[in-house]
Amino acid sequence: MKILVCISKTPDTTAKIAFTDNNTKFSEEGVQHIINPYDEWYALVRAVELKEKDTSTVIHLINVGDASNDAIIRKALAIGGDEAIRVNTAAGDDYYVAAQIADIAKEGGYDLVLTGKETIDYNGASVGGMIAEFLEMPFISFATKFDLDGTTATITREIEGGAEVNEVALPVVVSCQQGMAEQRIPNMRGIMGARTKPLKVVDPKDIESLTEVQSFDLPAPKQGVKLFEPGQEEDLVKALRDEAKVI
Amino acid sequence: MSVLVFIDQHDGEIKKSSFEAASYAAKIAEQTGTQAEGILIGKCNNDPATLGKYGLKKVYVAGDDKYSAFDDGVYTGIIAETVAQSGADTIVFSNNFNGKAIAPRLSVKLKAGLVTGAVALPDTSNRFVVRKSVFSGKAFANVSVKTATKVITLNGNAYGVNEGEGTAEVVNITPATAEGRVKVKEVNVLKGEVPLSEAEIVVSGGRGLKGPENWNLVTDLAAALGAATACSRPVSDSGWRPHHEHVGQTGLAIAPNLYIAIGISGAIQHLAGVNRSKVIVVINKDPEAPFFKAADYGIVGDAFEVVPRITEAVKKLKG
Repeated sequence: MKILVCISKTPDTTAKIAFTDNNTKFSEEGVQHIINPYDEWYALVRAVELKEKDTSTVIHLINVGDASNDAIIRKALAIGGDEAIRVNTAAGDDYYVAAQIADIAKEGGYDLVLTGKETIDYNGASVGGMIAEFLEMPFISFATKFDLDGTTATITREIEGGAEVNEVALPVVVSCQQGMAEQRIPNMRGIMGARTKPLKVVDPKDIESLTEVQSFDLPAPKQGVKLFEPGQEEDLVKALRDEAKVI
Repeated sequence: MSVLVFIDQHDGEIKKSSFEAASYAAKIAEQTGTQAEGILIGKCNNDPATLGKYGLKKVYVAGDDKYSAFDDGVYTGIIAETVAQSGADTIVFSNNFNGKAIAPRLSVKLKAGLVTGAVALPDTSNRFVVRKSVFSGKAFANVSVKTATKVITLNGNAYGVNEGEGTAEVVNITPATAEGRVKVKEVNVLKGEVPLSEAEIVVSGGRGLKGPENWNLVTDLAAALGAATACSRPVSDSGWRPHHEHVGQTGLAIAPNLYIAIGISGAIQHLAGVNRSKVIVVINKDPEAPFFKAADYGIVGDAFEVVPRITEAVKKLKG
């Protein structure tokens, strides 16, 4: 089986969110970058688990971005995966990224394409679905469980207030979230091995983004908390009813 | 030209989020001088004509029971057919599980620019600019859509429901879309509980509650308020509560009218999942807990004493 895992680079979850260039760009100053947690903890680790079960499995990683992304790609290779492909371009919108990945995936003949449920920076949650449409494959989103029996996958996805169990024949695109796998720390053998794994750099296809960020801004700061003393619970509840009007 | 909204349903009942999405679509239509229409797929117990109350003039219904089980490819195909039939140039979804599964596919199929997680009406005065939540609620981006056809998913509780008078014309359609490839084997929804993502009030507990045996503090208050329950990541990681209750950056992001956090310190990753809540109440014994900075109301005190008294006060006031 051939698996393609889509990896993106995001600011660390504790990064300070600020903007530069007249609020048109995210400020990278002092920001540490990580593999998007959903891509790493759930999509990549589940792929590695599948390979542990069936050692003939081949895992390719793909990233759309410039050379500054190589550090997180190597880290992903240290967790698992046989080789990585980087489409050498400044990433555009979700459509642009998905089209680049789909173009590579078409050639690769993958049985399974895994993404995280969304990135923690732009929160688009759309690259997986877009890849599926480009490749004319079914798409199971927000998956919490993935099991394989031959070429039939049984996948649980989250729905409002519960879960739905789906059965689908490969190939399929799946976006992964909590429940799918447990986070792993790369070991020394993995880190050493990752240095020599192939990282292919390919040129992007000529594709136009369909959307464009005009500007960013930060939410207005809170007015400040209104504190009540223990014993004043009734006053708090009255404030929620009469002042905030939420109960 | 028209605005088409996907009406999402579960088990024959239209979801509350669809009333909000319909209200939002109707307002966009008013803004751009066109009309709002809906597309409803699968067998539904509700009368689609009543969607007129939310401003829809027409509802296309693909009501064959064979479409009742969700299949992202089939639903995308039916919606694309309806777009062609109706001439819609803006397609609206709720930013919920089904919406997020279909909208990206539709965007590619129609080569239409997509903005997910919209928090306001698009600015149509100069081009078409949609304001969306980014960085897990820590910032906003204003995104211009460059294509003639646009797809938007609307964040829950970002716009509100506008209910008025009206009846929508119902048009039954027989789609040409092919058979699906996804077989839905089981649907497990907790009956009688408010789904977290649709809840208007959420009561949430953290490590400060010391153990799962104390969760009656959370559930009693939630029951008194008619609220859903949630928890912080350490709580779900310890197995005190199920994973689907975990709210935060790596769990579910929610935006209820009222979020009550009990014994949660308010780490930045937790705040990322709840900071779109309209009103936040924090109960914590540590006055230095960072959550108080993000809160509207709070009590510095022992949750084991304070919370039961809040529950009593709610019962008393609700009489």
